[in-house]
Amino acid sequence: MKNDQAKKYGMVIDLDKCTGCGACMVACMAENNIPFKEDESNKLDSITWMRVYQLTNGKPYPETDICYIPRPCMHCEGDHGHSPCVSVCPATATDYSQKTGIVSQIYTRCFGCRYCMAACPYHARYFNWWDPVWPNGMEKFLNPSVSPRMRGVVEKCSFCFHRHQLAMNKAFVEGRRELEENEYQTSCAQACPSGAIAFGDLNNPKHTVNQLAQPDNAHGGQPKNPEVFRLLEKLGTNPKVYYVSSREWVRRAGDNYLKNENPGKAH
Amino acid sequence: MSKKDEKEKAIALTGDSEASSPPDGAKKEENGSGGSILLFFIVGFIASLIVGWIVFPKLLYSQKKQPIDFNHALHVETVDEGCQSCHFFRDDGSFSGVPKLTQCTGCHEEAQGEDPEETKLVEEYVAKGREVPWLVYSRQPNCVFFSHAAHVKMAKMECVTCHGPIGESSHARIYEENRITGISRDIWGKNIAGLKRNSWDRMKMDECAECHASEAIKTEVSIETPMLGFFNNIIRLAFPGTEKPGRKNSVQTQHEACFVCHK
Repeated sequence: MKNDQAKKYGMVIDLDKCTGCGACMVACMAENNIPFKEDESNKLDSITWMRVYQLTNGKPYPETDICYIPRPCMHCEGDHGHSPCVSVCPATATDYSQKTGIVSQIYTRCFGCRYCMAACPYHARYFNWWDPVWPNGMEKFLNPSVSPRMRGVVEKCSFCFHRHQLAMNKAFVEGRRELEENEYQTSCAQACPSGAIAFGDLNNPKHTVNQLAQPDNAHGGQPKNPEVFRLLEKLGTNPKVYYVSSREWVRRAGDNYLKNENPGKAH
Repeated sequence: MSKKDEKEKAIALTGDSEASSPPDGAKKEENGSGGSILLFFIVGFIASLIVGWIVFPKLLYSQKKQPIDFNHALHVETVDEGCQSCHFFRDDGSFSGVPKLTQCTGCHEEAQGEDPEETKLVEEYVAKGREVPWLVYSRQPNCVFFSHAAHVKMAKMECVTCHGPIGESSHARIYEENRITGISRDIWGKNIAGLKRNSWDRMKMDECAECHASEAIKTEVSIETPMLGFFNNIIRLAFPGTEKPGRKNSVQTQHEACFVCHK
């Protein structure tokens, strides 16, 4: 893998296909050993790496419309890998890999200062206020590829990086150093019943995500497809999660402009 | 013995000062207390060494026996493909580090000899279809991701480099488990002073770093130890622009992201 083309794993989520069923959230919780409590209703201290938000256009009955937005970690590239959270981490616990484009989180290095949570504009990071408590016997059913977190550390979506590791293992045994598109897929992408989530290498023109989003790497990865947008584009975080919607109000909501602001001149 | 000697010496010292300067009471007292302080220091020092080097490790590590006293040497002699007969790569890329019972059953459906350990295997585990609860000396903590495929298939490393000549052993060693962490003592190493003679004496992150910080694989996955980082920083500041290309795999560490070996 010395000098071959760097990967940039990313996601394209079709909001017109998303029904808000929450299967991605469930699949993510199960895959990544995400701790939960008996009462998950307090959203201030519940942990959801993948979270589905609901948007409304706020119009009265005939024109009323809603849209669900699944929100994983955006794995921002920022400016040459200086994503908001990576830039502020004082413990080298979170890092941006130029090889895969994945923002990592090393739980044993994190000491829980939560600067990254403050820096993240997407609320994608969560703090463990308690040690995880699994229901009786559930410990045996945890995913062995993902280490459970302890009290006092921050955690977030990893694009199921352990699946990348395992896929690479298989490739190594077969004498390959490259992965096929279907060999590395996140848990949420596979669980989505309507096929709204596509995952793959944004740098590879053969991958679905590249064809859907058509990212322009010369201009901070901005999508060339007019129906594709990213959340809070104008912050310049250069996220790697793209959203597709044919509805204009959804695309506008994604970047959350003020009423009298002109989105075209936002940079 | 040395303790007793010290004591005698201290007594001799105080006696000496008493004899040489009887009129100076204050000085006498000072000398006397100095001697006993020295004595207490030496006694305490030796006692804490004994506690730290002998008593504490005894308390910290439990001694466990393997369920079956496995004879590696005998098996290597008998099987056809050497280590790979039992420790092989599965099709999904995982490694059979601790073989499953089916591997044993292949030959030990019924006892082949008179050895009581083999009888135990057949009666306790093969007949009942129970997996043998092997204690794994090289099991790493939860936060570690180790890929045998990357090291053996891609980097062509020898098993012995990390595991030592385990294939030549005819008995299973005592498994020492850290009572606090639940991890085998083989990870930290047997030597209390932290000295090691062979590359397989311990399996700490330092051992990973030994290779991963070396020049040879710098462009791949490398860890920057604090000392190396210090010198690299000096070089970076003194000669800007001389940095080798291909090293900037990650933003924070300038090497590979920690995510390669941690999970």
